[in-house]
Amino acid sequence: MTASQDTAPSRPFPHRHLLGIEGLTPDEIGLLLDQAEASVAQNRQVDKKRSDLRGLTQINLFFEESTRTRTSFELAGKRLGADVINMSVATSSIKKGETLIDTAMTLNAMNPDLLVVRHPHSGAVELLSQKVACAVINAGDGSHEHPTQALLDALTIRRRKGRLSGLLVAICGDILHSRVARSNIHLLNTMGARVRLVAPPTLLPASVERLGVEVHHDMRRGLADCDIVMMLRLQSERMHGAFVPSIREYFHFWGLDYDKLASARPDALIMHPGPMNRGVEIDSAVADDIDRSVIREQVEMGVAVRMACIEILTARLRHPERVS
Amino acid sequence: MTAARTAYLGVRLLDPASGLDQTGALLTEGGVIADLGPGLFADGVPEGIDRVDGRDLALAPGLIDMHAHLREPGAEHQETLSSAGAAAAAGGITTLIATPNTMPVIDEVALVEFVARRGLESCAVRVLPMAAATKGLAGLEMTEMGLLAQAGAVAFTDGDRALADPRLMRRALAYASTFGLLLVQPVEEPALARDGMMNEGEIAMRLGLAGIPTVAETILVERDLRLVELTGGRWHAAHLSTAQAIDAVRQAKHRGLTISAGAAPANFALNETAVGEYRTFAKVKPPLRSEDDRQAVVAGLRDGTIDVISSGHAPQDADSKRLPFAQAAFGIVGLETMLPLALELWHNGSLPLLTLLKAMTCRPAEILGLAQGRLAIGAPADLVLLDLSVPWRIDERRFRSKSRNSPFGGRPVQGRAVRTIVAGRTVFDRTEEA
Repeated sequence: MTASQDTAPSRPFPHRHLLGIEGLTPDEIGLLLDQAEASVAQNRQVDKKRSDLRGLTQINLFFEESTRTRTSFELAGKRLGADVINMSVATSSIKKGETLIDTAMTLNAMNPDLLVVRHPHSGAVELLSQKVACAVINAGDGSHEHPTQALLDALTIRRRKGRLSGLLVAICGDILHSRVARSNIHLLNTMGARVRLVAPPTLLPASVERLGVEVHHDMRRGLADCDIVMMLRLQSERMHGAFVPSIREYFHFWGLDYDKLASARPDALIMHPGPMNRGVEIDSAVADDIDRSVIREQVEMGVAVRMACIEILTARLRHPERVS
Repeated sequence: MTAARTAYLGVRLLDPASGLDQTGALLTEGGVIADLGPGLFADGVPEGIDRVDGRDLALAPGLIDMHAHLREPGAEHQETLSSAGAAAAAGGITTLIATPNTMPVIDEVALVEFVARRGLESCAVRVLPMAAATKGLAGLEMTEMGLLAQAGAVAFTDGDRALADPRLMRRALAYASTFGLLLVQPVEEPALARDGMMNEGEIAMRLGLAGIPTVAETILVERDLRLVELTGGRWHAAHLSTAQAIDAVRQAKHRGLTISAGAAPANFALNETAVGEYRTFAKVKPPLRSEDDRQAVVAGLRDGTIDVISSGHAPQDADSKRLPFAQAAFGIVGLETMLPLALELWHNGSLPLLTLLKAMTCRPAEILGLAQGRLAIGAPADLVLLDLSVPWRIDERRFRSKSRNSPFGGRPVQGRAVRTIVAGRTVFDRTEEA
C-alpha cells in the first residue's frame, strides 16, 4: 500500500477536478484513501465538525435523482465547515430549456469553490468542468464513471482486508449501464487487484475484456475463490424482457444467495453500492449477514471518502503556497 | 452575339472518364466545352477569347457531390442554398445533390420544383434535388416517384433514415425499377443502431456511450442486396463505413448486381479515436469506425467497390453540438473539406489521382445519368482548376458554410480549388479572395 497518513508529505494532488478514476496513479488513489482514513475517525466522534473549509461554497448539482449520494456529499461538505447548497433538477432551470453550459456559466458567476455534479449523460460532468473556474467532483455521469463510489469501495476493502493488491474481486450484474463498475474496474486494476465480471452477455458492454478483466457468465465459476463479491443494482425497466427475461430468471442465475456464495472464499466480503433490490440481484439474508456483508460500512466510508476528495481538491484554495 | 469563350492554357488536363492526364488547353464556349487537347492553341489564342493561365495547375471536371444536406427549406440558420453554393464552389464542387430531409420534406412535385428553382436563383453551383422515397420520410407509403422524377428528382432517399421495413423496401425497389429510378439508402438498421452514439467497441465502452454496432450496417446492406437481386431495382448505398459491408458489396458486384456505393471523407480520413473525450464534432453517421474499417474504406475506393466519394455535408449550429455527447446532433460539414481530404489519399499513395477524381466526377454522373463530370467536347463546362499540392491548414472559422461543425479544423492538407467554373462561368476565384 502507499504511504500511510502519518508519513505522507503534503503532496499536492495534481488534478483540479475529480472526473474519473481512469488516469489516476496508484499514488494519487493512495493519497485520497489515506486522507479518508483520517475522516473516518472524525466522523465517529461526537463533535464531527471541523472548520477547515469555512468560507468555501460547495454546490451539489444533481441532474438525476439521488438521495444517498447527495446526502453523503452534503454531510461531507458540512463536516468540513463549507457552506453547502443543493440544486436538484426539479428546481433547476435545465427544465426550462437552459443548456448545461449555460447552467455551468450561471453557477460559475456565483463563485462557488466546488461543484459536485451528477448527470444522466456520459461526459456531461467533464463538459461542465471545462466551463467553470472551480473544482468539480463527478458524482456519477451516465454509464461512464462514479469515482467516489469506487474510492469508498476501495477504502472499505482496504480496512477489512488490509490491502487491495492481489485480491480477487468479482463485480456482478448490470455492467453495461454501470458507472460504478467502470470506476471500480479502473481503480482495482490500478491498485493491483484482479477483477472478474459476472453477468449475462446482454448486460456486458462490447469489448469490455479490453479493460483487463476476466469475463464469466456462470456465477458459481465467476465467484470461485473470490475475496470480494460486488453486486450491482439492476434497474427495474431492464428486468422484464429487454435485457433479461424476468426477475425470477435473473435471480435464479445471477442473484447472490448462499448457494452461489459458497464458491467464493469463506471470508469473502459482500458489497453493494445501493440502493438494493432485495430478491432481484441479492438475497435478503445475504445482504443482512453481519459476518459477510459490508454494505452499511460502505455508506459510512462514503462520507469519509467524499470529505477527503473535497479537502484535497480545495487544498490549493486554502494553501496556495503549497501548490507550485 | 457570340457566346463568351474562355481558354484555359497550360493546364494539366485530368479527365477520369477517358483517362486523359496530359498538359494542354481547354476552350469553353457559352456553357459547354468546345475543344480540348494537348495541341490546342499551340499556335496562340485567337482574338476575342478570354485567357486563363493555368500553368502549374490542373483542370478537372467540377466535382459532383452526391449526398449533401443543404437545410433549405426549414433550417436556414444552419445553411441556405446560397451559403451552401458558396461553400461548394470554394470546395471545387459544381453539382450538389440535395437530400430531401428538409422542413418540409421534399416529397411532392411542387417541392422538388421549389428546390430546383431556389437553386437556380440563389446557389452558385448546380443543385439537383433528390426526393423522399416515402411520404414525410415516415417509411410507410411510397412517394409519387414517377412524377417526382419528371419534375427533376434525380434519385430517391429518406435522407439520413434508412428504409427499414423490408416489404416496403422490396416494393420501392420494384416500383422504382419501372422508370429506372435510383434508390439511395443510408445503410443503418435502425433498431440495431437505436440509442447508439458512436462506433461500438472499446472507446464507446470506456466512455460509457451506447454503441452503433458494425452489424447494423452489414445486415441492412446484405438484406438490401437480396432485395435488389429479387427486384432488379437500382440501389446506391449512401455511405459505407465497415469492412464487412464493403465486402458484402464487393461480393454482390462480383455476382453481377448493378449496384453502387459511396463513402464520406470522415470515414476514410478519421477513425473512432477522433471522438477522444466526448468530442461532439466527431459525432456523425455513419459513425467513425475502427482503424481496420477505415482502411477497408480506402481499399474499397481503390478497387472500385466504393464508387463515389460524397461529402455527407450535414451542417449543425453551435447549440446543437455544445451539449453532452448523447444529446448532441450528428453531422459534419463537408463541402469545403471533401476535396483536400480526398487528395490526401493520392498524396499518401493510397489511390491514383484519376481513380480518386473519378469517384467525385464521372462515376456519380454515370450513376445519376448526368451529362457533366467529364472533359469532353459538348459536355457542360463545369470545371475546377486545381492546385493539387499547395499545403494549407483547414480553418473552420473561414468556412463559407453557415455552420462550422467540423472535426478537421487545424488539419494540415494539400491541394485545393483555385477556380471553379459552372456552365463556363467562374463562380469562385481564389485569387480574388481576401
